[in-house]
Amino acid sequence: MSGTTAHQGLVRPRPQRRRGRGRTYSATVRALGPIALLVLWWAASATGVLTPDVLASPGEVLRAVGELWGNGQLPDALTTSLTRSGLGLLIGLAAGLVLGITTGFTRLGDELLDSSIQTLRTIPFLSLVPLFMVWFGINETAKILLIAVATTFPMYVSTSSGVRNTDPKLVEAMRSFGMGRFALVREVVLPGALPSLLAGLRLSMTLSVIALIAAEEINATAGIGYLMSQAQSYARTDILAVCILVYGLLGLTADMVVRLLERVLMPWRTTQGATR
Amino acid sequence: MTDPAPRPAVRVRELRRVFGDRAVLDGLRLDIARGEFVALLGASGSGKTTLLRILGALDGADGGEVLVPEARTVVFQEPRLVPSKKVLANVTVALPRGRSGHGLRALAEVGLERHADAWPATLSGGEAQRVALARALVREPELLLLDEPFAALDALTRLKMQDLVGELCRKHRPAVLLVTHDVDEAVRLADRVAVLRDGRLVTDEPVTVDRPRDPGDPAFGALRRRLLDDLGVATTPQPSTAPERTEVGVI
Repeated sequence: MSGTTAHQGLVRPRPQRRRGRGRTYSATVRALGPIALLVLWWAASATGVLTPDVLASPGEVLRAVGELWGNGQLPDALTTSLTRSGLGLLIGLAAGLVLGITTGFTRLGDELLDSSIQTLRTIPFLSLVPLFMVWFGINETAKILLIAVATTFPMYVSTSSGVRNTDPKLVEAMRSFGMGRFALVREVVLPGALPSLLAGLRLSMTLSVIALIAAEEINATAGIGYLMSQAQSYARTDILAVCILVYGLLGLTADMVVRLLERVLMPWRTTQGATR
Repeated sequence: MTDPAPRPAVRVRELRRVFGDRAVLDGLRLDIARGEFVALLGASGSGKTTLLRILGALDGADGGEVLVPEARTVVFQEPRLVPSKKVLANVTVALPRGRSGHGLRALAEVGLERHADAWPATLSGGEAQRVALARALVREPELLLLDEPFAALDALTRLKMQDLVGELCRKHRPAVLLVTHDVDEAVRLADRVAVLRDGRLVTDEPVTVDRPRDPGDPAFGALRRRLLDDLGVATTPQPSTAPERTEVGVI
């Protein structure tokens, strides 16, 4: 009955419905960009625009991967580098989180710590490399600490601003129901600050790879950076390309990890992002 | 003034609260007996919410004596649910572990036991406020503080919520202080109504209208007019021109 056009000039409202997309469709669209880049690279190498002394062709790079994987150089370097950046990241995240909660949630912490941390934050961590060499020598400690220092600050800034943005009305209500300070931080403040915490994690993960490169380019005897400096001295552009690709893949993996965490850690977020 | 109850739940004497150089509460005196439902009316900024916040230990007093029971809970104007906790966890928030049974019973009382596993963001305004009510009742308060809990609800939901609150308060018998600016709501629910003006209670009298209270009852209308007068709202003799807000209760 409602389908007939009994009322002239009237139209049926058509809500714009969001079509559910299949996972494969969305994954394909996501992969289009990188694939296009690869094709471009391959075409440039094949037509001779890109000569091997500038950058090796995809085929050669693939062969280099096989070679490095076969003689165990790549797995060894990966293990070393990932251990370094992982440990440094863990220390940096923990420090940033604790400092951020302290300054974000307590007034005393804010007054006591914030200005000094903000001062330290402006120091480029690269300028600390020589100092760390003097302090800790040429060993793992210096490298891990450099990564830890680099990753502490983004995490600190995101955490403290996220914690500061907690709804004071919610905190007051929870206090009136007798919730203690630590329970408040654990059950209300941190879940509320999770979006900022994950943004901080994203920044820190990126920085941990950058700091890893900086740490490994200097006086390293193992790791991806060492592999790179060796390839540089023998002008092996294929190995250089492999190393750059590995760094890129590390960044991509970090991003995917954060995306996954966002979905797993915040199940209460509706599609509209509304909260009550 | 009514006689101070033999076993009071709330005793306030000479209460003073100053903001800047303005005394919002000045020499205020209030008694609430155990199990008594008191509605506190007042214009915006008259200090009624301040009084409730002092009784709930959310705000400090500048002078006077305030005595309240240990077990007291607040229902705020907004639900104030923790978005990262499911409904049942919101009800049992800050309670010792192993109280989900109590929480489920409280949710059943407000008719939301089927939503125990839902996220707060998926609830409607009325449902969220019912969760806030369950969260207050599960603590078995001796004093229940209601800070305009129906103000953010639509008119129909508000009427249903008022009935629900009245029923649950009759069942659990806490002392209740309902802060509101809705005269009909106050007369419908309360055993006693008080009007706060110029820092003290200018009216404090028992509601003698027979239950169930019908806004059409002449006693209801007379009390409403008197209270509106006390609130400084001019009422003309004919009741049909009463302010629109108070007509909400008429269905």
